[in-house]
Amino acid sequence: MSYTKKDLVGMKDLTKDEILFILDQAEKFKEINKREVKKVPTLKGKTIVNLFFEPSTRTRTSFEIAGKRLSADTINFSSSSSSTTKGETLIDTVKNIESMNSDIFVVRHAYSGSVKFIAENTKAGVVNAGDGTNEHPTQALLDLLTIKEHKKKLEGLNVAIIGDITHSRVARSNIWAMNKLGINVKLFGPKTMLPKETAPFGCYIASNMEEAVEDCDVIMMLRIQKERMSTVLLPSDREYAKFFGLNKSKLKKAKGDCIIMHPGPINRGVELSSELADCKQSVILDQVENGVAVRMAALYIVANNI
Amino acid sequence: MSGREILNAHEIDSIITRLAFQVIEKCQDIGKMKLIGIKRRGAILADRIAHKINEFKKTSVDVGYLDITLYRDDLSEISDFPKILGTEINFDIKGKSIFLVDDVIFTGRTVRAAMDAITDLGRPKKIVFVALIDRGHRELPIQPDFTGKYVPTSLDEKINVMLKEIDAIDSVTIEKM
Repeated sequence: MSYTKKDLVGMKDLTKDEILFILDQAEKFKEINKREVKKVPTLKGKTIVNLFFEPSTRTRTSFEIAGKRLSADTINFSSSSSSTTKGETLIDTVKNIESMNSDIFVVRHAYSGSVKFIAENTKAGVVNAGDGTNEHPTQALLDLLTIKEHKKKLEGLNVAIIGDITHSRVARSNIWAMNKLGINVKLFGPKTMLPKETAPFGCYIASNMEEAVEDCDVIMMLRIQKERMSTVLLPSDREYAKFFGLNKSKLKKAKGDCIIMHPGPINRGVELSSELADCKQSVILDQVENGVAVRMAALYIVANNI
Repeated sequence: MSGREILNAHEIDSIITRLAFQVIEKCQDIGKMKLIGIKRRGAILADRIAHKINEFKKTSVDVGYLDITLYRDDLSEISDFPKILGTEINFDIKGKSIFLVDDVIFTGRTVRAAMDAITDLGRPKKIVFVALIDRGHRELPIQPDFTGKYVPTSLDEKINVMLKEIDAIDSVTIEKM
């Protein structure tokens, strides 16, 4: 099995075998990140441009580290300093950078579907680093890799994704992938943060926090993304923490070895109590560590297909 | 099995025994000896050589497995997707005598890539290269220190090394492509 597409746009487009293939390759890249010299010459001479039309620090840094560890030249391009703020169209910007013989674009954009649009209009390989409320495939892959490492399997696990489902591209990518991998997904969040139509996701919607976490192997808490909400969807952080946040007593309903995940950055005390964010069951920093390996695998795979 | 057999299971075993003795002879300080096999078949041969050394010297030699895919200089030219197999070296390379093992040496590019990969992991005292088959046609100035069998070939011939761990049989054949 291999991966033949020139882009990695979303988990919705991938088959189960393709997902498992990328995870297998990412596992192999982990060893490089533990070496004293964390660098291999694989993508020497390739140019990777991080096109970030939306602010991000951790994802961009993770991609930048991944590219550099593969010996590619990585260049960061952020929207505040780009010509899109001067009125240039998105495709013109992309075409201009492509003309400088760039090989791979890592794209983050506030509009859903924009990354697919870019991928269709460039010869370069494109990796989605988050598009609007649509997808964030490398985050889902790093989540799956972390789950696989801790649970030694994926199929048949019970996973709860809790929080702002509507605005979460992380949730969407995870749901598409988990459904394909035979993982049972439960969703829970305030009614104002659940999509009107949940049927396409094919997930069970829990009616309260206790039911959501019950018998879970994995609890994935989402960040409240106030920057993506057009209107006020929750009365207060305190009330959100009470009804939708995870704390020690609610965690007792889950399996004893349940792991706690969060895509970061955490609003401590809101979606996750500080005590849980730093506890043994929390695998949040493992997720960050796995992010580099997953992105190295994604860049390596895409580079081989362009 | 296709092609003409040039080594059978018994002959392969005898060659591995000889190579193991050559390795022991070359390395005075067995404590500093480490074997590294190039994945996939070089890794199996390294295991087999280590097994023989352990038998003769009543010791336990460390074996590592090297994946050179990330060090290849022809990634853009090869048609098959180069799948990463993963490097598994759980010992310190620094100051050690590394015996690098592969099944076939051809152009020498794999060995070059392997040496690059090893030196990225640390600075070994020396690297000695052991090949089961040398088929000639070098493109780089690299020669094995110990060769199981030298097999002069033409460029349109192919050497197939089959080892029972992955191929269910121990055999080396030569065939026209």
